[in-house]
Amino acid sequence: MRPLTEEESKAVFTKLASYIGKNLVHLIDRPDEPYCFRLQKDRVFYVSEASMRLGISVARPNLVSLGTCFGKFSKSGKFKLHITVLDYLAQYAKYKVWIKPNGEMPFLYGNHVLKAHLGRITEDTPEHQGVVVFSMSDIPLGFGVTARSTVDTRKLDPTAIIVFHQADVGEYLRDEETLF
Amino acid sequence: MDVDSGEEEGVEGVEDEFHLPTAEEREQEKASGGPDLHILQRRLRECVRVLNKFKKRGESGRSRSEHIETLISDIGNYYGYNDYLAEKLFYLFPVEEAIEFFEANEVARPVTIRTNTLRTRRRDLAQILINRGVNLEPIGKWTNVGLQVFESSVPIGATPEYLAGHYMLQAASSFLPVIALSPQPNERVLDMASAPGGKTTHMSALMQNTGVIFANDANKARTKSLTANVHRLGCKNVVVCSYDGREFPKVMGGFDRVLLDAPCSGTGVISKDSSVKINKSDRDFTLLSHLQKQLILCAIDSINPDSKTGGYFVYSTCSVTVEENEGVVDYALKKRPNIKLVDTGLSFGREGFTQYRGKTFHPSVHLTRRFYPHVHNMDGFFVAKFKVERRSKVKAKDEEEEDVPMPMEFMLEKTGATTNSEVTAFDENEDKKYIEDGKRRRMRAKGIRPPPAGGAKTGSSKKTVAPEAATTEVAADA
Repeated sequence: MRPLTEEESKAVFTKLASYIGKNLVHLIDRPDEPYCFRLQKDRVFYVSEASMRLGISVARPNLVSLGTCFGKFSKSGKFKLHITVLDYLAQYAKYKVWIKPNGEMPFLYGNHVLKAHLGRITEDTPEHQGVVVFSMSDIPLGFGVTARSTVDTRKLDPTAIIVFHQADVGEYLRDEETLF
Repeated sequence: MDVDSGEEEGVEGVEDEFHLPTAEEREQEKASGGPDLHILQRRLRECVRVLNKFKKRGESGRSRSEHIETLISDIGNYYGYNDYLAEKLFYLFPVEEAIEFFEANEVARPVTIRTNTLRTRRRDLAQILINRGVNLEPIGKWTNVGLQVFESSVPIGATPEYLAGHYMLQAASSFLPVIALSPQPNERVLDMASAPGGKTTHMSALMQNTGVIFANDANKARTKSLTANVHRLGCKNVVVCSYDGREFPKVMGGFDRVLLDAPCSGTGVISKDSSVKINKSDRDFTLLSHLQKQLILCAIDSINPDSKTGGYFVYSTCSVTVEENEGVVDYALKKRPNIKLVDTGLSFGREGFTQYRGKTFHPSVHLTRRFYPHVHNMDGFFVAKFKVERRSKVKAKDEEEEDVPMPMEFMLEKTGATTNSEVTAFDENEDKKYIEDGKRRRMRAKGIRPPPAGGAKTGSSKKTVAPEAATTEVAADA
């Protein structure tokens, strides 16, 4: 477990910023408790400093996880967000997409969001913008990247893809082996 | 039943209503591929009936133990247990109840889920699930987060709510140790054998995501599902690590509360995993209880006795055998003088055994709780809650206690001297007895049986043990 280097922090923050934009500062400056980012075996964890200090006493090979896992660095140095970050993304997301009940299961199986399943979408969402996907009852289900801006979606036919799938909560079951 | 036995009488021409097969007859039966299931079942029933009122119904010339032997081997054949386990489980209960227990192990326990209070409320969750076509109801009055699922048109472990972490699939019995532990916000808690994380996430919810929980599991592969569950349910105060539990006070100590849901034989969850019926032998039980004894001491040593809010330790197993439960608890009480059993805070459950087949445990063991499939309709389970106190303080108290009863014993022999405390000078001969007694006591506390101290003295020393234990209890209660 170690703090992130300059480059690593940049990679993590740019990725997060594409979903939560300026709300990123809320993750770093928290009113309740100081939190920090830590790297452990190419995975990035977001954890309260109190937990982190106690976690130090666990040896590296034995430490599996602490706080919330945000994602992992690939071998080529790219950062990929995991579904486990969803709590924080949903809390601070700038752009949101709500999908209809009949679209929930297809999305949870890892498919893209189609126009037919689209319930609501934040206005003025630009193209290729990170969005958080909610069910109609406001349960966060995952996140993705918009294929078109809000304005353009109006003209599309029902089978067109609106949001490219990036991660969904179904991965807890599907990818349990590789996720952690 | 009477008609049945009458028939048998007619057919076999035995003087009693029911004929118990002799050892030879059973050998023959075995050789010919085992008896018919119907015959077995009937014999089971008859044996139970006879044993219930043995004096009246017993076959003349056949002993009670013969009946029991037949009954046990029949249980083994009928329900598919190996002889060793059938016998072990049989002796836990009165005869009739034992059959109920074996019968209950054939039936699956109800599916239960626990609401994740970090994300939702039970009423909201119940409403959503009912809309999805799930038929459910609160488990009971003792928990306000549990729901029992009767039937469901959707897979209960793959609904969007499940994936979003609104509930956890968890056996009702798994609620119990966490309720007993009752972790408080801002505490440091250890879960020593935590995978797959049902209890860990329950604790996290009770602590409202504050403080720190160390979730340990020795099996690295199982920590994956543990981590997945911790993240899915949104527990942000959990540190997952993978150590052998026995390393624990070395890795980290000073916990306010510790939960040890020890690895066990699983004799309480036979309905879930019936392979236990045949693959457990004498050796397994010895090894397991050995491991449990090591773990329980490590767990106790990881606790901070000065903790302001806690200092509690809960030991639980999903097993019903005595050697894995009361035996281990009694061992811990012997080994660590600074702990005592306290009430688990669970409103139901049977009291633990204070004596079992010739073994006598510490009298406070009755504060532990046992749960049975045939009584409580949940997995067989055992929960014990300890309070850990400061070592030095307890030691001082011990010394006091040691001082108190000894003069009494001494006074009986020596009528001349009134009080020991008045003697200021050193008297080698007089002190010798104290020193020796102290040595014996220390050996006994470590679990070693001290050598007998002369024929006449053994009687008196034995006598002193009982009142001493009583005084310890009184002191502990005060």
